[in-house]
Amino acid sequence: MFLIHCPYCGEREQSEFKAGGEAHIVRPKQPTELSDDQWAEYLFMRKNIKGVQFERWVHTHGCRKWFNMVRDTSNDEIKAIYKMGEKPPTKYK
Amino acid sequence: MTNNLRVKSSKFIDETYKISFKFNNKTYYGYKGDTLASALLANNIHLVGRSFKYHRPRGIMTAGSEEPNAIVQLHKNTSRTEPNVRATEIEIYEGLEASSQNCWPSVNFDIGGINNFLSPVLPAGFYYKTFMWPASFWEKYEYFIRKSAGLGISPMEPDPDIYEHKYIHCDVLVIGAGISGIIAAKTSAKNGFKTLLLDEKPYLGGSTIYQNLEHFKINNQISSSWLEKEINEIKKIDNLEIKTRTSVAAFHGYNFLLARENLTDHLPLHQRDGKVRHRLLKIRAKKVISATGSLERPLVFDNNDRPGILLSSAIEKYSNLFGVACGQKNVLFTNNDSAYETAISLFQKGINIEAIIDNRENVDSKLVNEIEKNNIKIYKGYTVVNTFGYKRINKISIMQLSKDGQKVVGSKISIDCDCLGMSGGWTPAVHLFTQSGGKLKFRDDDQVFIPDTYPSDQISIGSCNGEFTLDEILSSISKKLKDFLNIKKTEYENLEIQSHFNKTKRNIWLLPSDKIIGKTKPFVDYQNDATAKDIKLALREGFRSIEHVKRYTTTGMGTDQGKLGNMHALGIISETAGSRMGELGTTTFRPPYTPLTFGTIVGRNVGEYFDVSRKTPIHDWHVKNKAKFENVGQWKRAWFYPKENESMHEAVQRESKAARDSAGILDASTLGKIDIQGTDASEFLNRVYTNAWSKLAIGKCRYGLMLNEDGMVYDDGVTTRLDENHYIMTTTTGGAATVLGKLEDYLQTEWPELDVYLTSVTDHYATISVCGPNSKKIISKVIPNLDLSDKKFPHMSFKNTKIDKVKCRVMRISFTGEQSYEINVQANYGKSVWDKCMQAGKEFNITPYGTETMHLLRAEKGFIIVGQDTDATMTPIDLQMDWIVSKKKYDFIGKRSLYRSDTIREDRKQLIGLITENPKEVLEEGAQIVLDASKSPVEMLGHVTSSYYSPNLEKSIALGVVKGGKNMIGQKLIIPMENKQINVTVTDPVFLDKENKRLNA
Ligand SMILES: [Zn+2]
Repeated sequence: MFLIHCPYCGEREQSEFKAGGEAHIVRPKQPTELSDDQWAEYLFMRKNIKGVQFERWVHTHGCRKWFNMVRDTSNDEIKAIYKMGEKPPTKYK
Repeated sequence: MTNNLRVKSSKFIDETYKISFKFNNKTYYGYKGDTLASALLANNIHLVGRSFKYHRPRGIMTAGSEEPNAIVQLHKNTSRTEPNVRATEIEIYEGLEASSQNCWPSVNFDIGGINNFLSPVLPAGFYYKTFMWPASFWEKYEYFIRKSAGLGISPMEPDPDIYEHKYIHCDVLVIGAGISGIIAAKTSAKNGFKTLLLDEKPYLGGSTIYQNLEHFKINNQISSSWLEKEINEIKKIDNLEIKTRTSVAAFHGYNFLLARENLTDHLPLHQRDGKVRHRLLKIRAKKVISATGSLERPLVFDNNDRPGILLSSAIEKYSNLFGVACGQKNVLFTNNDSAYETAISLFQKGINIEAIIDNRENVDSKLVNEIEKNNIKIYKGYTVVNTFGYKRINKISIMQLSKDGQKVVGSKISIDCDCLGMSGGWTPAVHLFTQSGGKLKFRDDDQVFIPDTYPSDQISIGSCNGEFTLDEILSSISKKLKDFLNIKKTEYENLEIQSHFNKTKRNIWLLPSDKIIGKTKPFVDYQNDATAKDIKLALREGFRSIEHVKRYTTTGMGTDQGKLGNMHALGIISETAGSRMGELGTTTFRPPYTPLTFGTIVGRNVGEYFDVSRKTPIHDWHVKNKAKFENVGQWKRAWFYPKENESMHEAVQRESKAARDSAGILDASTLGKIDIQGTDASEFLNRVYTNAWSKLAIGKCRYGLMLNEDGMVYDDGVTTRLDENHYIMTTTTGGAATVLGKLEDYLQTEWPELDVYLTSVTDHYATISVCGPNSKKIISKVIPNLDLSDKKFPHMSFKNTKIDKVKCRVMRISFTGEQSYEINVQANYGKSVWDKCMQAGKEFNITPYGTETMHLLRAEKGFIIVGQDTDATMTPIDLQMDWIVSKKKYDFIGKRSLYRSDTIREDRKQLIGLITENPKEVLEEGAQIVLDASKSPVEMLGHVTSSYYSPNLEKSIALGVVKGGKNMIGQKLIIPMENKQINVTVTDPVFLDKENKRLNA
């Protein structure tokens, strides 16, 4: 079980959080302009990498705030945590 | 006691405290401090159980948690019965009753033992190959197999014991209280770290504490005496917590560990009542020091599994710690110096040693010399090739090893014995380390896996790190602790160490035999009866990965997880396949390290505490009025209110009729309520619901449907505009939390620019719904000042008002199709408002109804229940609810998905009504719907989602989903049941009052 540093509350047990899938997938501003394939790309396609991954997490049993996490899925090392809307750290790209 | 093998008093055993216990219904005696195993051995009992597959007689092999054979059932046929208890771990207490398991009818005569003689036809993979195919054969085998195989019997009665969970946070956790752990814990605590020291045994000091040879000294004291002083000192340190009888079960990432503290298993049963039996410790440690020690390896040779064959170190422990001789004619078989330690200990206690068989040809160490000096015969360069004796070993035969160790040469020598100790060297106990994500490296010198890279702030010290001798451990421990704890010095920098252990070893994974391997039984995994032969067979059949070989042969899959044999399995695979051992990797060690009881895992979450249950403020009234309840999420909802001898059907029919004929009352407090405020609230609702919200006037209510981004219906409910920038949204009872979560997700991550605030107010309000033709009259009595005229208070609108001095919101909305009012009042006034409504409704026979009637009434109207009539594959179009999907709005959640190629298919399952040919016949929910049942395979068109007998229409009605159902109105279809076929006709899903006249009646 991870220890996660919520950017609003501080360090808490993983059991207080929920993972919300891949980060930085922006909902298209004009969905009606998209082809079926383009919409499907947004709707269904998610990465599941062994290695450094950008993820969304929410402090469900805490402040209920969403934030982003950079995590190495091979060893669960949390490399960075940053708020929604903040730029992702570039060194892990 | 005729067969008393208690040889010498031990300070760990209290011989003034005699304990009687039963084993297989016979009474025996032992002493306080004994384990069941040591007490049985003292009574000269080795045969304890039968093996899993061949039902071979098996005895005690070890003296610890790695025991594969001596597993017993405690207190058979009682509520405290427990299977798979290791005799080597359970401490005896007055009244203990243990019995052999895995044998039938008894350990001495076991029907399954015939498998032993059938073994040529029971090779590896036999169960897969035979019992899995053809499937129908399984039924024939099953009875026999279930009776004669299996590991013990689960308790059949409720567990009388109490379990609990506890969180512990510490700076440093030390696992294992052997010499390394004691030193580490003391150093850590003395440097100000809050330290926790755990050990699975009831005593501290590991194997050093009963080590009393002159050959191992620290600062000129015998190592056990030196350690005893250290232990006395650490007991006095304030910031050091010590827990014995506590085994670490799991080591997860981020230094999160689970340990089981055993509090009562060593007490007589009558002393356990009211006490916590096991405590599951959930430990979060900043730093972890693993000092988990090592396990002695057996040796793999023909018939190496007979009762009376033990690990050499176990024999030493039984003699030194428990004062018990495992045999009167002992032989030791070794490939390293460890067995000589055992031999000297036995010799000093006057226990007879017949001979030592040593794989090594040239051995020269102080330990060996001492044995030779005492005229104990050592066969150097020899191996055991066979053993004899069915229920107890009585003889071995040995032969000389060839120079390369691949064959045996010369002639056979027989040696009589009643106990054989094996020592194949040591395997570091790296299980917890690997569970934590640590990577191992293989050390070729002595063929061991040792920790390499650490995934968290932790180290391994002592023999679990591959340091097997006293001088190796003590010469490096000080520097290690200084680096790890970041401290300047320790008390252990200049210890004077005397350690006469010669480290040479002759490692042969599978010892050669004079017979071909097919004729031998060299066991690798004792519990699962996997032999070296099986592993070689698996390789011949093409298996290469260690994980595949493991599953095919079941090596390492017993309750002991192959603690003893896994290394031999790897060794034999690498030798046979010609690959280097370090390259094969190991199988995964999964938690728990030792088995946990279910009680420990669930802790206090049993019975009524299994899950939280939520109750409405009117709950007590429902209970008093004999309601039956159903669980909806965590809520307890009144289901129906049977009168006297009414069945559920009768009650629901009565309630449904009353609601339409006069008045019904429902506790709707469980519906999810979300308070929505902010200048962008209207825009927000526009984006999350399928219909338009901007034009909803203040004081009006609207039904909304919420989709997932994939276009599928997710939730529904009525939302009311309380003010310009203020709405209250209702959700389904079960969906409240997830809807709020989803809305927050969009607000925070997609539309942070919107000025909207969401607050869950589900528990803040009680909701009382009064419906039926007389509802208006009843409400006018409860709230006389409120103008209820259709003009002033029309359907789908709301009023702020007061009942006496209590503020409330009244919504005129309907889920039944009847004229209906919903009063929302601060939760603690809920019960009194309910009472007022009941009082006012008395003259109209107001009838409380539960969820079942609510479901029936809405089904008459064709209103869906999300989750019952929908699953996650229904769009609003599929539900024939096109009317609620705005054509004008540019976007809302799920909109784009409504015209994907898949969602516009004409033959999607669509919601329809079903009328049975026989109006009395009520369909079963979930029943399949077909057009033609005669054609095979039958094409499934859909299924029934809701079905009731309608007392108001006096016929059976049902909702269902059917492929292309929208265009099938009037079509005759078939519901095939087990014994009959039911004829149905597809109809519109609205069965009653399609024109909605009743809403304003
Ligand atoms: Zn937080």
